[in-house]
Amino acid sequence: MASDQVTTAAPRNGAFLWPDAPAPEQYEVCVHCGFCLEVCPTYQEWRDENHSPRGRVFLIQAAAEGRLSLDAAVVDPVFTCLDCRACESVCPSGVPVGHLIEAARGQVYHADPPRGWRGALARLFLRGLFPHPRRLGVVRALLRLWQRFGLQCLAQRLGLLRLLPPHLRALAVALPEVTARPARLSLPERLPAAGPRKGRVALFTGCVMDVLFTPVHEATVRVAQRHGLEVVVPRDQVCCGALQVHAGDRPQAQALARRNITVFAESGVDYIAVNAAGCGAMLKEYPELFRGDPAWHARAQAFAQRVRDIAELLAEVGTEPPRGRVPQRATYHDACHLCHAQGVRVQPRQLLRSVPGLELVEMPDAERCCGSAGVYNLTHPEMAQTLLTRKLDDLPPGVEMVITGNPGCILQLRAGLAQRGQRIAVRHTVEVLDAAYQQEEEQA
Amino acid sequence: MSGTAQVLDARLLQALLQTLGPRRVLHQPAHLHAYACDGYVAQQGLPRAVVFPETTEEVAAVVSLLNQYDVPFLPRGAGTGLSGGATPLHGEVVISLARMNKLLAVDLENLRAVVQPGLVNLWLTKRVAHAGCYYAPDPSSQSVCTLGGNLAENAGGSHCLKYGVTTNHVLAAKVVLPNGEVVDLGATYGDAVGYDLLGLLVGSEGTLGIATEITVRLLKKPEAVQTALALFDRVADASDTVSAILRAGIVPAAIEMMDQLAMQAVDKSHYHVGYPPDAEAVLLIEVDGLAGGVEEQMRRVVELCRQHAARSVQVAQCEEERALWWSSRKMAFGATGRISPDYIVQDGVIPRTRLTEVLQYIADLSRNSGLRIANVFHAGDGNLHPLICYDARIPGQAELAAAVGSQILRACVDAGGSITGEHGVGVEKRAEMTYQFCDADLAAQEAVRLVFNPRNLCNPGKLFPTPGRCSEVRQSAWLAAQFAAVSAGFPEQTRILAPDRQGRQDGVY
Ligand SMILES: Cc1cc2nc3c(=O)[nH]c(=O)nc-3n(C[C@H](O)[C@H](O)[C@H](O)COP(=O)(O)OP(=O)(O)OC[C@H]3O[C@@H](n4cnc5c(N)ncnc54)[C@H](O)[C@@H]3O)c2cc1C
Ligand code: SF4
Ligand code: SF4
Repeated sequence: MASDQVTTAAPRNGAFLWPDAPAPEQYEVCVHCGFCLEVCPTYQEWRDENHSPRGRVFLIQAAAEGRLSLDAAVVDPVFTCLDCRACESVCPSGVPVGHLIEAARGQVYHADPPRGWRGALARLFLRGLFPHPRRLGVVRALLRLWQRFGLQCLAQRLGLLRLLPPHLRALAVALPEVTARPARLSLPERLPAAGPRKGRVALFTGCVMDVLFTPVHEATVRVAQRHGLEVVVPRDQVCCGALQVHAGDRPQAQALARRNITVFAESGVDYIAVNAAGCGAMLKEYPELFRGDPAWHARAQAFAQRVRDIAELLAEVGTEPPRGRVPQRATYHDACHLCHAQGVRVQPRQLLRSVPGLELVEMPDAERCCGSAGVYNLTHPEMAQTLLTRKLDDLPPGVEMVITGNPGCILQLRAGLAQRGQRIAVRHTVEVLDAAYQQEEEQA
Repeated sequence: MSGTAQVLDARLLQALLQTLGPRRVLHQPAHLHAYACDGYVAQQGLPRAVVFPETTEEVAAVVSLLNQYDVPFLPRGAGTGLSGGATPLHGEVVISLARMNKLLAVDLENLRAVVQPGLVNLWLTKRVAHAGCYYAPDPSSQSVCTLGGNLAENAGGSHCLKYGVTTNHVLAAKVVLPNGEVVDLGATYGDAVGYDLLGLLVGSEGTLGIATEITVRLLKKPEAVQTALALFDRVADASDTVSAILRAGIVPAAIEMMDQLAMQAVDKSHYHVGYPPDAEAVLLIEVDGLAGGVEEQMRRVVELCRQHAARSVQVAQCEEERALWWSSRKMAFGATGRISPDYIVQDGVIPRTRLTEVLQYIADLSRNSGLRIANVFHAGDGNLHPLICYDARIPGQAELAAAVGSQILRACVDAGGSITGEHGVGVEKRAEMTYQFCDADLAAQEAVRLVFNPRNLCNPGKLFPTPGRCSEVRQSAWLAAQFAAVSAGFPEQTRILAPDRQGRQDGVY
């Protein structure tokens, strides 16, 4: 072993100079076995070790230990990662690849804050828009104007949409119809349980989710109430911070987390219910944002323990099978942040299997990312498109509906299906369930 | 990691870019670090470049170019090798076969498949499963390692006890020789006429050429399979059970053993079985074949386990249970990360009958060196995988672990076995080659290499000890000192384990 070829313990004054850096105890557990390679969507496509989980962790460790500087060698692979966590599901050694990637992005954010028009755009959305419910309200109003007064059709007819790059064009067309008010304001602050109360739950409404998917919130509340849950909708809650964490803007995410932790602590509930997998994973991982801050870390932990995905929560409190029918052939797509980040796989399927008439067929590799991945479809359209195509190719023949548990996936899949001209509906798990209960009530 | 990459000749780079296009050549230093090592991380180096050919012709073109410029190179599959076979220590150009991952042809009638070398082992099985077929050799890394890497390492696996290792399943191969020439070796049906050159290539660790198309044998899935999990209070009872089963004329598809520390590691991972904390050993025994026979064989296996003081024997009741048991075994190496920051996995082979004594020796070595050692192994064919746990941050521990590993390998040779069962020699076990072979043996093997690889450009520095290099000498001197230090703790064992070079041995450990 010539000395220049041996890796030995290196000083810890590496390329990560800012607080909240990737934690040694997280990257050091990687044993370089490679079990994670074949589940990683970017490795599957490029087959380049740089863009594999093992490669990314290796490069992060090299930077942390001062063997690499924080340049393209580390930055590119860290940003091509989808943060889909498929690697974590197989890793026998328990490497939290997602946290490492997010913390590394935090360092990049400090070292090289996004500049130019991209930077401006990122700041506009991540700092200027998502964290501010009122500004989101303005966006909602504009979107509604666009949709309701036929501007969307007009723009389509005039070919204005062609000004957008193709992937954005598809997304613009696939946007669901925006309702007048967000669930955070349109729903009463307190909704009683139907029948004997099994618990109190606070609904997490989110930012984009509550602009585009207000009906999913309404469905969530109805199904929860029906199963003995009293629902509260805290008015002062804010965006979960996931998009900021993905972009490396940890200070902003920490500010949002503190606000949410405080607001939900005041609500005194048993559970915090989330119907967006990305937000749910983020909320459960709040402690990760406060590694260096024991007081907030403890509060974050207490908060995280109460967070449940809606499917998880329903399975926990028990549901009665609906009697209304949803006679469709459907398939279930595992949202990455539900199956890999939260380990929720069985519960949604169980709930869906209880719906009369619904024929649930499995698609191959249901757990593979659809390419949505937060804002990845905006930042890396080429890879996102490839993954979307693979996902759509995998849909079993004859399905009329794809069901999933994350708004990002719903948009992405709808955009893809619209592009292909395929008439397949995309629904949230809880919407399907709600539809069955609604039907039951109509029959009664 | 060596600091700077060897410089790539600008004209060579141009030529490579012209041959493969810009997206299939990595040459900027920033993009090379991830290729510094394979699954064996103790030694690392930077390649000059990494290239991603997609056809035999492209591999041949690249190899010819590299010959022209006198630049060393090495093939790489998934980089899961555990002996550093795909590690560029001399600035080699890494020829990644990961993009050559097509299933080229399947003949289900004749049970043959032709694959590109970058196809992942398990994918082949998945692609033919619909017809009730599978590819038998199943290294624990089968979900990621490539068939090319399997060929080069003559990979084994849990089920190789009954079905044989890679060499028994590779029938023919298209090979780019180290000078860029393309040859076909072996025969799809029957025996290749003349010398068995394919047999030579299998297990040559990338030093004799690059396989670019491989014809393999497929098998029909056995009609029935049953799997038992037997827990033992004492390792000795488990070893005796293994011998008893084989002596009884039963050839199980697999017999795998794990010791307590390995059980603890996997139980901390996603692949949690819930092993009791006080069982010394667990055996995973699988029998397969015709339904009636399997039933009967399993009955006898269970009986034999009981006769040998098994604390409990369970037969898997459903496919999920069986799959979990197997995952827990197959993920054991990786799960070692749960109990130790670093580890070396060794790969010695011993006659099965000496299992108990060698395990005792390993336990003593562990106690004396202060390093924990977990054991996971293919018990049926005496292939040990001691996992030596250490912490690289503690100065001297990496070297101590290497010394302990080396000591274990020597014990295997002394017991009448070998320094590698399936992971290969690579760079890791070069020094131990001199323990297993005398100079004349090694010279004969080198002569074979020179026939294929006369300029030594193809994966240089692997497989053979290179005593000429001063770092190597320093290393062996250093290791010798470490042995002395480790062995001083238990002179009794050392005496017995250091037989004369004729390999004679007397006494028990
Ligand atoms: C967790 C874990 C468990 C493992 N379990 C087992 C096991 O049970 N049994 C077992 O046998 N091994 C096992 N291994 C070792 C390893 O997986 C095998 O050696 C495997 O065959 C390597 O395949 P690869 O594609 O990763 O090859 P690489 O590591 O990329 O390369 C291995 C060697 O093959 C050469 N090579 C690669 N492709 C070609 C080609 N096309 N032509 C010529 N030479 C080539 C390389 O130069 C190198 O010398 C395990 C490894 C890990 C990490
Ligand atoms: S991240 Fe996990 S699976 Fe991947 S190489 Fe590291 S230890 Fe192995
Ligand atoms: S999170 Fe997803 S994209 Fe990122 S390394 Fe893991 S598997 Fe690959």
